[in-house]
Amino acid sequence: MSLVFAGICPHAPGITGRAHLADPAAKDRLYGAFDQMRYALEATKPDALVVVAAEHFANFFMDNMPAFSIGMADSYQGPIEDPDWLGIPTTMVPGNAELSNRLVDEILQTVDVGYAQEWKFDHGIAVPLNFLTPRYDLAVIPANINCQGPPLTPPHRAWAFGEALRRAAEQVPERIALVGTGGISHWPATPDSVKINQEWDRQILDQWVAGDRQALIANDDVSSYLQGGQGAFEIRTHIAIAGATQGYERTVTYYEPIPMFAVGCALGWAAI
Amino acid sequence: MSLYYVQKFLYNLNRDDGVQAQFRADPRAVLAEYDLTEEEIEALLGSDIGLLFHLGVNGQILMHFAAFEQIEWADYLRLMKEGIEKHGPVREGVYAVTGYGGVPARGEPVPTTDTAESGKGAMA
Repeated sequence: MSLVFAGICPHAPGITGRAHLADPAAKDRLYGAFDQMRYALEATKPDALVVVAAEHFANFFMDNMPAFSIGMADSYQGPIEDPDWLGIPTTMVPGNAELSNRLVDEILQTVDVGYAQEWKFDHGIAVPLNFLTPRYDLAVIPANINCQGPPLTPPHRAWAFGEALRRAAEQVPERIALVGTGGISHWPATPDSVKINQEWDRQILDQWVAGDRQALIANDDVSSYLQGGQGAFEIRTHIAIAGATQGYERTVTYYEPIPMFAVGCALGWAAI
Repeated sequence: MSLYYVQKFLYNLNRDDGVQAQFRADPRAVLAEYDLTEEEIEALLGSDIGLLFHLGVNGQILMHFAAFEQIEWADYLRLMKEGIEKHGPVREGVYAVTGYGGVPARGEPVPTTDTAESGKGAMA
């Protein structure tokens, strides 16, 4: 039928894996923000959730790195991480290969997206699903933008991918929800892991709320890294959601830097 | 130098239970399937996080190897720092391109960032 929901959220593994080490009040605020997002998502009665993630070498490697990929399977396994380390049990998540196929058909009209009939989730998808579809009763369709292995997908192409997702969603009879996960500033899994650049985070969120394409796509690799670390490359997922929600009002419902989770955590969605 | 194959091995290890079982049973046999230098083989056999970071392994791959080897998060962060102190700057890969840990990339200055809570972030 259409796009019925589109939002953004963080996916840092510490959110679940190191929850017991974080400031309890901050953790509760973040978890509460995820709950609000789940309520908003569920209220739109989606038939499928497309998660635009920035996976971390769980499926795609430099032997054949796609700029974009979409899962096309009836189920997905994950997370690949040690369940104790991530704090999320390994499970099977339902997919919808036939719906994926129809979405890919349409997206391919403007974006050369790869498809994958095997896909193992990592924290980039598993952490959001842990909060947004905790019963794993909603069909999930994973999508990926290369935010990890340079040369990376250019930001303006991430915007175009979002436009293609919107167009594809509007051409299928199902009710499609869309969530982009990642970012904002972080230096993940490096000696700089504790750093968070709040000022830059808020600047990116302002650009996202405004749907300012020029400002968003101007965040090239060098400027993103200098301001927001390697993890900032993941703002491509947010750029895609902005591209997918043109004409709608976007709101940031929560932002808080949480050092124990090694990232500035932001959630928000569009009024559709 | 064969950073590509070091990372390829760790990528396979991280996502494949079968490779994990093989590596526990006969690590040298598994590593023989990859085009690795002696230095790289010893770093992997010794779970030398500091040396692997210095060689250029991406943290998104390396942190899972650390977890696989039962290395706690705080120790993982410490070992990377010690690796740089001992071996010098990251040789290649994404961090050599972007900069890291106070080491600038492409001659660009490293930005000062908001570390207001970094005092309690030693394990973050």
